[in-house]
Amino acid sequence: MGLLSKKDAKLITDPLADNNPITIQVLGICSALAITAELKASLVMGIAVLFVLGIGNVVISLMRNIIPSKIRIIVQLIVVASLVIIVDQVLKAFAYELSKTLSVFVGLIITNCIIMGRFEAFALGNGPWKAFLDGVGNALGYAVILLVVGFFRELLGSGTLFGIPVLGDPIEKTGLYSTGYENNGFMLMPPMALIIVGLIIWVQRSRNTTLIED
Amino acid sequence: MSTNTDTNKYTILFAIAMVVVVGSLLAFTASSLKPNIKENERMEKQQNILYAMGINENGATDIKFVGTDKVAGEFSKYISKQLLINADGSSEENTEAYLIDVKKEQAKAKNGGTRLLPLFVGEKEGKSFYIVPIRGKGLWDAIWGYVALDEDMVVQGAFFDHAAETPGLGANIKQRYFMDDFVGEKLLSDNGDFKGITVAKGNNDPKNLIKNDYEVDALAGATITGDGVSAMIKSDLKLYLPYFKNLKN
Repeated sequence: MGLLSKKDAKLITDPLADNNPITIQVLGICSALAITAELKASLVMGIAVLFVLGIGNVVISLMRNIIPSKIRIIVQLIVVASLVIIVDQVLKAFAYELSKTLSVFVGLIITNCIIMGRFEAFALGNGPWKAFLDGVGNALGYAVILLVVGFFRELLGSGTLFGIPVLGDPIEKTGLYSTGYENNGFMLMPPMALIIVGLIIWVQRSRNTTLIED
Repeated sequence: MSTNTDTNKYTILFAIAMVVVVGSLLAFTASSLKPNIKENERMEKQQNILYAMGINENGATDIKFVGTDKVAGEFSKYISKQLLINADGSSEENTEAYLIDVKKEQAKAKNGGTRLLPLFVGEKEGKSFYIVPIRGKGLWDAIWGYVALDEDMVVQGAFFDHAAETPGLGANIKQRYFMDDFVGEKLLSDNGDFKGITVAKGNNDPKNLIKNDYEVDALAGATITGDGVSAMIKSDLKLYLPYFKNLKN
């Protein structure tokens, strides 16, 4: 990355793996459970969080010297909430179809602990450019996990990817289903998201043992 | 920074300033965008009503409404009458009936008032469709829809939508494979009693061939949303029974 210094590049790449918001910082678990039953929703949520966290981090970073520390959490919450509401209103007025798809996510974004977590841990103590990179990096790290979980849940639970059947037709018993394979309805339930996230954490820590705390 | 941001005075002033700034910003956005949003909602209602009677641009499996550029024209072309239904089954025309907010009407009925019951009569290829708006509760928030019926209250088309059901689970009530299952299902028993349609678990009819069981197959992982669909069909469509009885006589 010629554009970014080594230190800045790390802000983006670290959250993708060794400092991933979901598997290492354990932030944003609730939305990871709620919307990963299909890939499309995972992707939309990833993009929405990328947008909100990137901008939110910059706003908080610009305000960091004037925010009274006693009410900083409330200030952060108000910044996210108004950002999300304004975006939602603009979409409703000019891209109504898109806003219908996103409406479910609005509440989930406001309460997403990744956003508050990064404001609190990073944006309050760093300049706007760094905060922006940190926001983008963490949102990407979050999106990657969402997509992996969404991939397995949709494939094993519904036999589709992005809504397109890839294993044959479960009702007509074609493709893989002709061998007696069945969709696992349990994959669609939120607990399976936790179990998949758990498996990812397991794989990640067994590959990089320095991540294991004792 | 030289200002001490920890004093109570600063904190309170900051809070007040922030509330004023954010409040006016939100109020300004909301009021300046309101006409656009209202217009979008109006067109969406027309699109949904037309969708239920089969006027849409669907592909093989997707859902596509008639375009926003021609929805107003199509609506006046296909919807021949907009009615308000009285409790005794009589009706009166009201050209703005599609703008009636079912949510507000339900609240009125709950508080002991009279609920306005809109119904839209559509004509397509010599066939009449009676389209009824319904509204109920899903798992997280409101669900609603439009059901197109024939004179015998047999479903000819259905459209469902939701405010915040879980993507991949309850949100799938908005999928073609769920909505299309309702087509051909009956609401009335042979002697004319209202039975409704139940979204039933058990995979009794995965290919949806049985049309006289008053059931459609439920969605995996969406029990409460499915129950909500059954409930809104039972409670809201039942109110229109007198109108259909009059229609037959």
